[in-house]
Amino acid sequence: MYIDFYKIFRALATGFVLCCGVNAHGDEATVAVASNFMLAANQLEEAFELETEHKLNLVFGSSGRFYAQISNGAPFDVFLSADQDKPRALIENKLAASNSLFTYALGSLVLWSHAEDVVNESSDVLNSDRFSKLAIANERVAPYGVAAEEVITTLNLMTQVRSRLVRGENISQTFQFVSTGNAELGFVARSQVYREDTLISGSAWDVPANLHNPIRQDAVLLTRAVENTAALSFLEFLASDRGREIIQSFGYELENQHGI
Amino acid sequence: MGFSEADVTAILLTLRLATTVTLLLLLIGAPIAWWLARTDSRLKGPISALIALPLVLPPTVLGFYLLLALGPNGPIGQITQSLGLGTLAFSYSGLVIGSIFYSLPFVVQPLQNAFEAIGDRPLEVAATLGAGPLDRFFSVALPMARPGFFTAAVLGFAHTVGEFGVVLMIGGNIPGETRVVSVQIYDHVEALAYDQANQLALLMIVFSFLVLLSVYGLQKKSHRQILRFGL
Repeated sequence: MYIDFYKIFRALATGFVLCCGVNAHGDEATVAVASNFMLAANQLEEAFELETEHKLNLVFGSSGRFYAQISNGAPFDVFLSADQDKPRALIENKLAASNSLFTYALGSLVLWSHAEDVVNESSDVLNSDRFSKLAIANERVAPYGVAAEEVITTLNLMTQVRSRLVRGENISQTFQFVSTGNAELGFVARSQVYREDTLISGSAWDVPANLHNPIRQDAVLLTRAVENTAALSFLEFLASDRGREIIQSFGYELENQHGI
Repeated sequence: MGFSEADVTAILLTLRLATTVTLLLLLIGAPIAWWLARTDSRLKGPISALIALPLVLPPTVLGFYLLLALGPNGPIGQITQSLGLGTLAFSYSGLVIGSIFYSLPFVVQPLQNAFEAIGDRPLEVAATLGAGPLDRFFSVALPMARPGFFTAAVLGFAHTVGEFGVVLMIGGNIPGETRVVSVQIYDHVEALAYDQANQLALLMIVFSFLVLLSVYGLQKKSHRQILRFGL
């Protein structure tokens, strides 16, 4: 049987260009997002895709797992970490571009209860017997857990609450423990319980920022995406006024200057 | 480099949990398996399917519903609260309950296969010799199904040791109470402590291999197929 290799090659090449070639209308970027930033990231994606012709794929998870996956070749273009260490370690390992690093959000902690009238806008309840479980994110792996532990220590309450601590693997799971009522109290991210400066449900105490080290969340462009226009313009969008406005509306603080 | 104190605590807790769950499961599983093996009831299909569900469902589904059920507004939570036990999430007892649901098929199915393999004949003979139903179960069926009990115990134990998703959902990561080996490995990985993760993970692989080896070794000896999962 006669096979026309040239024709086959041409057909394959045409197919390749059609399906995988440069898209004239915009690029695509896959963004690894720390789970505490999930809600804000969804809103940012929506606004970004309206404003540009690019498309984003958001992937949510823990920063530690993303670090391991990126180190082993995961196809992410941008990494929005919950901390500063992991983006920096990626830069050291030449997996991320050092000039792209900036703090996109400062996290805030809230002591929250799913029920009304449990938390009275102060830390008083922590010093009482009115709860049997206090949920925090695991301080070994989650920046919000580190901050929660610092708050408890600063308030000299560790001995009182230690036996009542339960740990979520990340701030999403910590929120889940409290919102299902399995833990009466928990230190969660402000972004999880506030919308436009209004508490969505339950009762809360906004933890003053001076009780813990700032929770700086850094973004970084991964080396594989240095020429990905979607990834580049998404990072620009994050630092833009519109982007910052959205981030703030989810209860995050921002650095005073554009942090790059 | 040896295991840290936290690792050892997690290993001991895991062994304690798996032992407790295995013993309870044999007690719960034997009557269920016996009934399934002997019955012609129309309920046999639905009940078998219900018991096999954890084989198919992701542990997050089971864990999520358990978290809701154990919580103060859930059905189990309401019962435990009215008994003065408080709620069971984030406790060892809560893990035992979760693991029983999760590992049930791994105990019931080998037992059921073993009971079915006995056939009617030995039981009929025992009946003609005047043995009542209870006597037939304890003096004939149980001894004849011994290899099935071994397989069921080993699988139930091993599967509980390997449990992760359910524990993650309802455990709360409390050292000595709910932080089992699989969660400890996960934490090591998340904290970028890959050496420690490696050690514990290797231990799990060696353990699981030996467990399965013992089951297949026994199966060959007894010339009977008891373990059927995917084989």
